[in-house]
Amino acid sequence: MVAFVLIGIGLVVFTGSIESMGRYGIKFLFTSDWNPVTDQYGAFTAIYGTLVTSITSITIALPLGVGTALFITEKILPKLVRETIGIMVELLAAIPSVVLGLWAMFIMEPFIRPFLSGLNNNFGWIPFFSSRPGGPGIAPAILILVVMILPIITSIARDSLNQVPSRLREAAYGVGATRWNAIFNVILPAAISGITGGVLLALGRAMGETMAVTMIIGNSNNFNFSLLSPGNTISSMLASQFGEADGSQVSSLMYAAFILMIITLIVNIIAQWMVLKLKLKY
Amino acid sequence: MNSNLYYNPSLRRNISDKVLTLLSGLFSLIAILPLILVIAYVIVNGASQINLSVLTQLPEPPGDDISAGGIGNAIIGTLIVTGIAALISIPIGVGGGIYLAEYSKPGVFTKFIRFGTNVLSGVPSIISGVCVYGVIVSTKIILGSNFSALAGGLALSILMLPTIIKTTDEGLKLVSNDLRKAALGLGASKYITITRVTLPSAITPIATGVVLAIARAAGETAPLIFTALFSFYWAQGTQALLEPIATLSVLIYNFALEPYKTQNELACAASFILVIVVLMMNLLTKLIGYYTNSNKS
Repeated sequence: MVAFVLIGIGLVVFTGSIESMGRYGIKFLFTSDWNPVTDQYGAFTAIYGTLVTSITSITIALPLGVGTALFITEKILPKLVRETIGIMVELLAAIPSVVLGLWAMFIMEPFIRPFLSGLNNNFGWIPFFSSRPGGPGIAPAILILVVMILPIITSIARDSLNQVPSRLREAAYGVGATRWNAIFNVILPAAISGITGGVLLALGRAMGETMAVTMIIGNSNNFNFSLLSPGNTISSMLASQFGEADGSQVSSLMYAAFILMIITLIVNIIAQWMVLKLKLKY
Repeated sequence: MNSNLYYNPSLRRNISDKVLTLLSGLFSLIAILPLILVIAYVIVNGASQINLSVLTQLPEPPGDDISAGGIGNAIIGTLIVTGIAALISIPIGVGGGIYLAEYSKPGVFTKFIRFGTNVLSGVPSIISGVCVYGVIVSTKIILGSNFSALAGGLALSILMLPTIIKTTDEGLKLVSNDLRKAALGLGASKYITITRVTLPSAITPIATGVVLAIARAAGETAPLIFTALFSFYWAQGTQALLEPIATLSVLIYNFALEPYKTQNELACAASFILVIVVLMMNLLTKLIGYYTNSNKS
């Protein structure tokens, strides 16, 4: 049943994209024109946006998430405080992404704009910061993605940290390790498979995340290296254009959706495999 | 060598220990900060908008009016679309979970289904929208209607399915085997065992999974923007399910992108309702879990 649904989705998206695949082939991945008037389509801008937003946001969210997970699993504060933090992180995951997008549009983006301008003024020679921030762009999208994947990383890291047998921890303390000696040398290595799996799941989520990103990324198909300029991801492109598209644009969007699906499937399969294969063996 | 065994706070390892502890505390603070900020924003900007007319009126088409109308039809639309999704996915999901936990034999097929469920839960929500668009909306396969509440519900049910299957499967696996053997030993058939003994004792995790799935579906937007679309009218009559329907989440998305302030405020009001409902459902599952745990121990 599930397998049927999964394969069915793949088939539908694939058949929808055949026309565009035949016309643009592999070139679709590497050209950045997206022009419905002349019927020229290339998804490079969106693919670049998807990769750069998801990877950057993972890089930011990983230390935050694992740090939070450590803070609530190691007995630093009383149980009540730790459980409250845990519940709050889980509730953050429950907030609909469209609401986060609304907040990002009206509160977060204006708030961080001065900081982004500062980046541009001081580090403008780095290609990533080479344009002036003006409203929506890739950088705010990365930040809102961090907010969205933080709970995933935190809760999976917390589960795998909780599974580390307490005798390992006690043994580490017994030979004189400080708390963070024990964490870095014993506990984290023991929980690493679960954490890696969680990170990959979060990566898949970040790539597919749609609403909040669509509302804040600016939906521009002009390619630009800079993180401060408006951009696009595959999913935001789908969300903003699919409703009004027709003809070969639909097919091209289907093609983009197919690419997104393949990427997230691969990431998810690797994640599942890691969690299964590298399970703790104690 | 220093043979003093007392705790020496100025040792480098002890200082770095303190610093790292503080750092992880700071990270936790950063992690919960967005939740507080978002909820504060939604309450401050949304709750002040809520009054009877906002809850019961129709939204006005965008324009520089004094009032943007209300979200009455969107509330009902969210209920309808989520209801359709629940009607489709709960029987299939619970059934699939029962099959996995009770009937399936360990083997490649079962492994593949479990694996597929996990992978399906990672498929981006917008892909399910694209898929339903391809199957139902563009082909007009259901009585010639294209954008419809039914298509929206179907797209949402694809998202709910993996959650429900997984929690049912895991909930049933937690049921002690003694119970099954006892029932079978009394001469109950497998069907009777499952419906009278195993399912009732696993009802808490299953209910939790269903509530979580519904909460998630209620907030989803991506699969709805080009399946259920949006509408400025009440859903009424026999054709209601076959026509575009308004939902809270799509209303937030559409009206947040409007340049008019009244529309944006209405989006805030809708966010308030949506966030409150979704958070309540999540807290409810936490409470259920908490009470059943404390009863057992």
